Amino acid sequence: MAMVLSDEQKILRDTARTFLQTSAPIDQLRRLRDEASADGFDRKTWESVVEMGWTGVLVPEDHGGVGMGHVAAGVIAEEMGRTLMASPYLSTAVMGATAVVGYGSASQCNKWLPPLAAGSLNVAVAVDEGRSHSPASISTTAQPTERGFRISGSKFFVADGHVADLILVSARSAGGPNDTNGISLFLVPSAASGIEIQRQTMVDSRNSATVRLEGVEVDAETLLGEAGAGYSALEHVLDAGRACLAAEMSGSAQQCLAQTVDYITTRQQFGQPIGSFQALQHRAAHLFAEIEIGRSAVIRALQALDAASDDRSLIVSVAKSKVGWVAQLAAQEAIQMHGGIGMTDELNIGFFLKRVRVAEALYGDTNFHADKFARLRNY
Amino acid sequence: MRQPLREENDAVWGGRNPTFKSNEQKVWLERTVEKGWTAPEWPVKYGGGGLSKSEGKILREEMKALSARPPLMSFGVWMLGPALLKYGTEAQKQTHLPPITRGEIRWAQGYSEPNSGSDLASLMTRCELHGDHYLINGQKIWTSYGHKADWIFVLVRTDFEAAKHDGISLVLVDMAQPGVTTRPIKLLSGMSHFCETFFDDARCKVDNVVGDLNRGWTVAKYLLTHEREMIGGSAIGRAAMRPLSEIVTQQVGLNELGVLSDLVLRTDVVRTEIDSLAFLWTTERVADEAKAGQGVGAMSAMLKYSGTELNKRRYELMMYSAGHDALTLGHEANLARDWLRTKGNSIEGGTSEIQLNIIAKRILGLPSA
Repeated sequence: MAMVLSDEQKILRDTARTFLQTSAPIDQLRRLRDEASADGFDRKTWESVVEMGWTGVLVPEDHGGVGMGHVAAGVIAEEMGRTLMASPYLSTAVMGATAVVGYGSASQCNKWLPPLAAGSLNVAVAVDEGRSHSPASISTTAQPTERGFRISGSKFFVADGHVADLILVSARSAGGPNDTNGISLFLVPSAASGIEIQRQTMVDSRNSATVRLEGVEVDAETLLGEAGAGYSALEHVLDAGRACLAAEMSGSAQQCLAQTVDYITTRQQFGQPIGSFQALQHRAAHLFAEIEIGRSAVIRALQALDAASDDRSLIVSVAKSKVGWVAQLAAQEAIQMHGGIGMTDELNIGFFLKRVRVAEALYGDTNFHADKFARLRNY
Repeated sequence: MRQPLREENDAVWGGRNPTFKSNEQKVWLERTVEKGWTAPEWPVKYGGGGLSKSEGKILREEMKALSARPPLMSFGVWMLGPALLKYGTEAQKQTHLPPITRGEIRWAQGYSEPNSGSDLASLMTRCELHGDHYLINGQKIWTSYGHKADWIFVLVRTDFEAAKHDGISLVLVDMAQPGVTTRPIKLLSGMSHFCETFFDDARCKVDNVVGDLNRGWTVAKYLLTHEREMIGGSAIGRAAMRPLSEIVTQQVGLNELGVLSDLVLRTDVVRTEIDSLAFLWTTERVADEAKAGQGVGAMSAMLKYSGTELNKRRYELMMYSAGHDALTLGHEANLARDWLRTKGNSIEGGTSEIQLNIIAKRILGLPSA
């Protein structure tokens, strides 16, 4: 498949870029942070996002979405990465939709997809329990009861947890601590009795929460897919999220480079623009090369998701690992090349450094995915 | 012919005195020549295959799927041909392109001079009109396979008063004449791919100037783009052949947990493999974008820079992996020689630093000093 955007995807990209730069510039994130916004995202902008159909990007048309696929979802994420728009897009429109569309029963699809596409249902994915990402290390338990299951455990680093209406929870219904067998997925309403959600203040000023489940009683209808066989579905949902995070980070990296090139072209020292010095030119050019290599991995990963490729996991791990590394390089180089102003909160580059740090860690950092890649290649 | 090239004389370069290691090589060349597939995308009338870019891509993919060897290695096909197709006269195309596609004439590139390396446009090889022909005097260096080539395309100075970029021409010179001599240069690897080439009153007909007189710099740059693509692409072509981890795993072995025994090496290998794959996809993406008319011309500089730096990393890791075995010449000698050879990748065809300059100026639009 040609690694270029279709005409339809190009229009989406241009629309998204214009909209985000006018309606959700990086100052919006600054304002949300400074005002300590209770929601952590701008509801009015989110309404416009819903109107444009982005929440339905992965939802089929017969369930109220536009069904444009993962490349399109990534195009939106990449543009969001340029302006750092805070929103439940990734957890709801990408991961939530992938979970329900891919593994939901007919009644689950009918129940959850229309409101998800219509923007009236926010989803959060509760997977991690330890200090770093490890999706098979699950000690949250799901015990069978008469009407369904009783779920107990704690989930950390749950993106958009405190604004979610529905939480995708991974829990162990069988097997030992690190077994991939015995994992079940549940779609649990956040209002269910026994759930305690505590928002965390994050370095990137975005939403994240700790979700504690204490004997939460759910009926059998909340089970997504088969009991004990949820790991491959979980990996699929995570891969969809990882690829879009890579796309988002790629957008952020491109924006860091663009702003840096602008700055060193205008900033004068020694009577000339500092961008005329080879020391800075070579750093910027090296960064450009790395960003281009990262972009290829992103589009390849999104295409692999759309094509349901056998190599999906390997390709997504290349993208998440490579772009995680590249985006951090971009943010760090951008700060260095901005010099004194680069150290300040006033310059928006710092927001990129902080967001990239979090996005890099979310659903497996650079090292996690490098290790996963090696294991998939049997070393 | 359905096995990758393993060593130097597996490759067929053609020329006036061609050498074939086996009869199969000869037959494979003859059969591809019949179809025009030594230059699949050139017009049929010049000996090419007349394929479109998409058809050419399909052919390359099918050849790759068969593990088919390239039938012919040729600077004529990779570098001179594209420049002649764009800038050459009809007569030049008819004279020079068909023998290139048939592998009958082997070309060399006369660009660098001892005092004109990265600053190529400062070149001083003189080319002066003498009756009905030109006389060429000067010295070229780093002429790849100069001692085996039949003809050479040479950058020469034809206007000594003009600004340095404006007095250069590209001329085609038959090397089978007393005025042209070559001397191989021994490299780090102990091998001699590169020559010094000397011109002492070498003769060249006036109709062997490619493009307009004194406008050779434009042709030269176009040709360099193809050279960069060739070097960047071939570096990764080798890397794509066999995954690094497969080689390393075989040599180093796995521990009881099923991961590479040398954990520090494993980290480096993983990062290099990830970068190699993402780079390979980048070569595909850049080609797809060019086909869709969205290409950025200077991207070849990025591919050349990243491809060659990556290839050096790969060979460093293979040296670590092979350990003491790689240090003995003779035993595992090919690896050591190949490793030494990679050191030239980021120098020949424009150094990494020159590629970074090109990216900075032509893609990022950064100001000149």
